[in-house]
Amino acid sequence: MKTRRNAELGLLGFAMLLVATFGWTVEANQYGTVSATFWVPAVLLSILFLGLHVVVRLTAPYADPVLIPAVALINGIGVAFLRRLDIARAIAQKDPMPGVFAGTGGRQLAWTLASLILAAVLLLVVRDHKIVSRYAYTLGLAGIVLVMIPAVLPGSLSEVNGAKLWIKFGAFSIQPGEFAKLALVSFFAYYLVRKREVLSLASHRVLGLDFPRGRDLGPVLTVWLLSLLVLVFEKDLGTALMYFGLFVVTLYVATERSSWLIIGLLLFFGGVYVAYLLGEAVGGPFANFYDRASIWLDPFAPKYIDNEGYQLVQGLFGLGSGGLFGSGPGAGSPGFIPEVRTDFIFAGLGEEIGLFGLSALLVTYLLIVERGLRAALAVRDSFGKLVAGGLAFTLGLQVFVILGGITGLIPLTGQTTPFLSAGGSSLMANWLLVAMLLRISNAARGPAAGGVGPDRPGPKKAPTQLHGAMTEVIKP
Amino acid sequence: MNAPLRRAGVVVLVLFGLIFANLNWIQAYKADEYRTASRNPRVTVAEYERPRGVIEADSGTALAENKATDDTLKYLRVYPKKEIYAPVLGYKPVSIGATGIESSENDFLSGESDKLFADRLSDMFTGEETGGGNVILSLKTKVQEVAWKQMTNNERGATKGAAVAIDPRTGAIQALVSMPSYDPNQLVTHDKTVASKAYQQLNADKDQPLLNRALSQTLPPGSTFKVIVSAAALQNGYDVDTEIPAGSEYKESGAVIHNAEDEVCPGGEISLKEALTESCNTGYAKLGVKLGADKVKAEAKAFGFEDDSLKVGDLESGDGLKVAASHTGNIANPDGSTDKGALAQSSIGQRDVRMTPLQGALIAATVANGGEQKRPYLVQKLLSPDRRTIYTASPKTKANPIDGKVASKLKEMMVSVVENGTGKKAQIDGMTVGGKTGTAQNAEGADPHGWFIGFAFNDKGEAVSAVCVMLENVSGGHASAEAARIAGLIMKAAAGSGGN
Repeated sequence: MKTRRNAELGLLGFAMLLVATFGWTVEANQYGTVSATFWVPAVLLSILFLGLHVVVRLTAPYADPVLIPAVALINGIGVAFLRRLDIARAIAQKDPMPGVFAGTGGRQLAWTLASLILAAVLLLVVRDHKIVSRYAYTLGLAGIVLVMIPAVLPGSLSEVNGAKLWIKFGAFSIQPGEFAKLALVSFFAYYLVRKREVLSLASHRVLGLDFPRGRDLGPVLTVWLLSLLVLVFEKDLGTALMYFGLFVVTLYVATERSSWLIIGLLLFFGGVYVAYLLGEAVGGPFANFYDRASIWLDPFAPKYIDNEGYQLVQGLFGLGSGGLFGSGPGAGSPGFIPEVRTDFIFAGLGEEIGLFGLSALLVTYLLIVERGLRAALAVRDSFGKLVAGGLAFTLGLQVFVILGGITGLIPLTGQTTPFLSAGGSSLMANWLLVAMLLRISNAARGPAAGGVGPDRPGPKKAPTQLHGAMTEVIKP
Repeated sequence: MNAPLRRAGVVVLVLFGLIFANLNWIQAYKADEYRTASRNPRVTVAEYERPRGVIEADSGTALAENKATDDTLKYLRVYPKKEIYAPVLGYKPVSIGATGIESSENDFLSGESDKLFADRLSDMFTGEETGGGNVILSLKTKVQEVAWKQMTNNERGATKGAAVAIDPRTGAIQALVSMPSYDPNQLVTHDKTVASKAYQQLNADKDQPLLNRALSQTLPPGSTFKVIVSAAALQNGYDVDTEIPAGSEYKESGAVIHNAEDEVCPGGEISLKEALTESCNTGYAKLGVKLGADKVKAEAKAFGFEDDSLKVGDLESGDGLKVAASHTGNIANPDGSTDKGALAQSSIGQRDVRMTPLQGALIAATVANGGEQKRPYLVQKLLSPDRRTIYTASPKTKANPIDGKVASKLKEMMVSVVENGTGKKAQIDGMTVGGKTGTAQNAEGADPHGWFIGFAFNDKGEAVSAVCVMLENVSGGHASAEAARIAGLIMKAAAGSGGN
């Protein structure tokens, strides 16, 4: 099979051209003239992505050629849009044009550099994705710890906008949940590859569906409880939905039993509904969720419109003001939308690029997710399938949760918009996710069947003897 | 494992499809609603992109204009006369709702009115931003400023009150004062927190400076209500010199009516004209009871009582400042029969009778205009941004409560009040002035409210002005005398600046 690396390079060039055009339009709209240096951020980004491209050429030559350009486009638009907000702020404060590394846009550029270095290191170190399964239990433990840290920390150290998803030290804060999803997917994949036979075969039939035995429900119930605890103590439906969704989907993919999906969905939405009723009746730890659900039901209610519902309503106004075509980059007023640099960046962007621009962005996200799932389909080992499928689906779910939140489709939660919103944790974690997908797609599209062939690149000490026996149970 | 993976792909597709559908809903279907929502700050910024129309007095003096700024909202609204015109103009703040003419004529002032469609269209071709249309009010600066000055510097130290002057022939409002007032400039500052703080402070002020006392507040009218009872009597067979029973005291169903002073109508009978001139309480109480509650209520209603739909502003659109309904009260026992005690008290403007100062001015104007009540208005003209006249008010008749004969008898009686009776302070050299005073008890131990309603004819016999002056809680006795004095000065100013 062809490596298609040149296609990747071409697409990357096109993506960077779009980012440069965005920067040009921003300056034209904000200042009326375009400075001689409008292209600098786009070129810096191009150099960074080119670096990753070279690393991919060397370490994963058969990797999917669409992933990097698609992610680079979103990341680049994110940097350019954050810079646009910095420019608007500088104009309002009568400051000169912010430097390339100044403000949120500059910081995001620096975070991109750090994220790409991490992604490159992952590609260089993990030459075979199955190595990861060796550390499955460590990763699982780390994942759970990362999820739980913000829940047990006092609110002053973990709460931002009502959601306890952070660890804050001083001016610096990270969202451990972003990294936890990577660790948890790896752990689930490993666990399920080992258990899938039991989980999928032992069952009884009810109403034409195969239901698992009671004792096999244990792990599902554990994760369900864990996600509901997250919902209650981290006050965040989106995160709970993400963890639970990612587990149920990997479980479903592993066992091919749709009953798991039905059980999972019923459990989750039942739990959410009960939490809503409890929030209404007893309040306490459930009150926050009840409030969020009430705001979601009617953000324009006089009770909410100037208070808790303000950001949602302003986000909708931003999107609506953009209309079909948008005002054009730099010509809107995204500054009116609260949290436009983080949670609401999609709404701010929507005002300027309109329904058509947002649809293009949505398709780009869809492309990344479906390319990830395609790698899962094509890769030959079960562990790889589950990791790639789980990661890709999680990414899609996260995009759904935050975009659904700001567009009023589901209750708003404090998720970041992958690759777009300002913040290092999210960017780094999602680039690591992409690096993992690149690695798995390389195995999938590479010439070596199963990735265990003699010509497989990487260290000679392949850990196949222990894990191969477990994971490579491929059903006829 | 591939089949479930494919299905997971379909699930993602469906989820993204939902987002896409919802984006269509927001950015296409609901886009216009969100784009133009009053809570959308972009709407505010767009509103301040072009200068808002100017509001001017009859003489061309600017009452509300704009100053260019260098912040995101490009123009600052300025009210150069501060509190004098505030009850009429209202204010147009950044985030609080607009009031007054600023609110009722907002479409025209902002330039969005259909009347300015042609101007907007030509702007599209020329690329100019010409701004909103201009509103010319019927208010006369001289009358308004005399009224404001006399009210705020009244000789009794009253702090609350209102004055309205109307041209009886057209219904054009010449002056409208509400005291205390407020400086609208503090509310329209672009600093929203400063504006909202100022608003909250005004709103919490116990003297209620934001209340338009001329239009929105009703108070017991006292003896000014006798004009209504007189009209009812004249329409039911009485004449100016018909003798009516009076006396120093009148007891009726538990209510006891006295006169203001012992020397007022102590005898058994008094003519109708004399009764009004001296403001004979017992005479009017007995007269009201004789006529019956239905006739008194019907007469008051014919003059405009109980009407809660009146707005003063633009005669064409009917929009404007809302006028509270004046009431006569029920005057009935729980079983539905007439409460004669209440009727006796109501006939002298006490008990549950409540009136706005505007209603008082309308009564006087109706009498002065031969029984034809003109609909009051404030907007005299609308000018396009380039000052082409788009609309000129054409006076409308609101009601004909009395015919010309009754009106001229009432006029004769009211002129007698000013020439020989309680309203002498309202006299103006060289003019024929008529009116009626009122001193209204309102609360146990509180000083009474002083009222005067009246009209003035110039030497050509033209009814140049009808006014109502109301001062709340006037100390020092003869509360209505001060009101009559101020009314005289207002009408003199109105006559001076020319009838037409």
